[in-house]
Amino acid sequence: MFRNRVFVLASLTLALVTGAASAADQATVERGEYLARLGNCAGCHTAPGGADYAGGLALASDYGTFVTPNITADPKTGIGDWSADDFYAAMHDGERADGSPMYPACPYPNYTHVPRDDIDAIYAYLRSVPAVEKRHGDHELGFPYRYRSLLNVWQMLYFDAGEIENAPDESRDWNRGRELVQGLGHCDACHRARARLGATDDAEDAPGAMIHGWYAPPLSDPDQAGLQHLDVAETAAFLQSGKREHAAMMGPMADVVFESLQYMDDDDARAMATYLKAIPTVSVESPLRLIRMTDNGRRQAMTRGKEIYADRCAGCHGDNGEGREGAPALADNRVVTMDNPINAANMIRQGGFAAATQGNPRPHGMPPFYDLDGRDLAAIMTYIRGSWGNDAAPVTATNLQR
Amino acid sequence: MAPRRSFCSAHLLEDAVTVSVTRLFMIGVVLVSTLTVATQVAAHDDSQSADPMAQRVEACTACHGAEGVELEDGYVPRIHGKPAGYLYNQLVNYQAYRRRNRSMNHMVAHLSHEYLYEIADYFAAQRAPYPAPAAPPGPELAERGEQLVHQGDEQAGVPACAACHGDHLTGVQPNTPGLIGLPRQYIMAQLGAWQVGTRHAAAPDCMAKITQRLDGRDVEAVAAWLAAQPIPDDTRPVANAIVDPPLACGSVSAPES
Repeated sequence: MFRNRVFVLASLTLALVTGAASAADQATVERGEYLARLGNCAGCHTAPGGADYAGGLALASDYGTFVTPNITADPKTGIGDWSADDFYAAMHDGERADGSPMYPACPYPNYTHVPRDDIDAIYAYLRSVPAVEKRHGDHELGFPYRYRSLLNVWQMLYFDAGEIENAPDESRDWNRGRELVQGLGHCDACHRARARLGATDDAEDAPGAMIHGWYAPPLSDPDQAGLQHLDVAETAAFLQSGKREHAAMMGPMADVVFESLQYMDDDDARAMATYLKAIPTVSVESPLRLIRMTDNGRRQAMTRGKEIYADRCAGCHGDNGEGREGAPALADNRVVTMDNPINAANMIRQGGFAAATQGNPRPHGMPPFYDLDGRDLAAIMTYIRGSWGNDAAPVTATNLQR
Repeated sequence: MAPRRSFCSAHLLEDAVTVSVTRLFMIGVVLVSTLTVATQVAAHDDSQSADPMAQRVEACTACHGAEGVELEDGYVPRIHGKPAGYLYNQLVNYQAYRRRNRSMNHMVAHLSHEYLYEIADYFAAQRAPYPAPAAPPGPELAERGEQLVHQGDEQAGVPACAACHGDHLTGVQPNTPGLIGLPRQYIMAQLGAWQVGTRHAAAPDCMAKITQRLDGRDVEAVAAWLAAQPIPDDTRPVANAIVDPPLACGSVSAPES
């Protein structure tokens, strides 16, 4: 009888301990899921229509095409046989489980700033998502980039592993914001040009970079993607919802909002906004040189652009580019007047919806205008860049070729 | 707002798999239908401009027409009045790349399922006028088309279209679309897309099985016959759900998620 009681008591204790442990595990997994979303791991490691985290997305670059790997827990085709230490080495040191170096197409130069606890939580989360057996082809890289061993040299030259030291003079929000922007959020991976051999250009006036055919403008220039001119609260809400008055994030940034930023909690959003606001303001030149146009050519383009605008654009964007609910004003709109015209041209050609988020659950959609030929597109661009107080250089069809 | 649709056909060609159609036939259809549609557009020109939902979905109606499709946009289907469950499933399928079309995949890329359902529900409630039917095909095609639609082909294991899509082919709630008022090229392109695996429905995918049992001439016959059918007085989808489909069908009952 007594023995039985001891046994029951022991079992109960064991159950309680296990219960507590699994609750802690569960909390870690949930924290990992939140962090994986902030890092938008799925953005690259999920192919269109593919299983979550099973990889297979093709990433075009100057060096060839990278194919993102399967990071589910499948032991054969994913990272199921990686230990937590292996995963940390990948994120922190850019080193695969077999000891070989990783290409910086995966932004480990950013992830190296992420604390170990967070990386462990992401690891726990990735082990909790369904393992998928899915093998992909190799990266298709040009000579000599296909020789992985050369990355050892690259890492020696351009990569410093390590977390960022806390800046005691700055606020807690600023420090957390910097950790998010430069670390897990890897904003620089797109918003900052890559200079020597794919290393991020760390000049203060570094331009942005192209991603999926769009230009990710620099965060240092408030005439481009900089948010220094907004209140912290405004920026925080913009990051979470993807929308503010007369503006919505489109293109690959709408994907980032949909897949990642809309899940950011208020504290992190405020921190990210605080840091973005504090980035020193610089005027940055576009890497794309606009071809100069003669006065006569410009006049012709303005006339043609005005005609097409009245016919196809004014219905939503207004006769004077003033916009309406769901159709942003084009007058005094920095996407329109930015040196690099490619994003506005993409919007006209492809149309599309802003991301549906809690702050913008029922976004408006813009029709695509695929039928415009290069000259007409350039004429509309020239017209909207040079009307209603906008004073940006005209655009030629050649500049809009892809 | 004046309709701007001429650009839609070209970029939707990706949906057009295994299609070999005589252009001349389409030109005939265009001539017949242009007048009708032009009148309809004029009559409804500004009726919806103040509807906030109509404004939200202008990206959709740029191709699918605020007043329904015109037959000359041969690859763009009518979406008005189709069951909401069906439309929702298609939007989700485009998001998950179970259906492939560059423009559609792009449009739905970052919309929530709730909003996609709202959009589906909006178009399901629209009662836009139908375009005039296409000219009927030749007698052989017409006979084969009618046979497949109303009787099926038992030997080939092909059930009648009407067995699931409704006696009057106006669709069945909640998820089965109507087949009338659709452009011939669109129907051919869809059957072809199922044959080559670029269109999928929820498993078990009955339409994938059925289309495997059709040859090129069957596809042509069904499409030509359907496109030429007069529009019945009551075009609403049948309210009673399909009880006993001839093939196991994943999308008959519940919307996919």
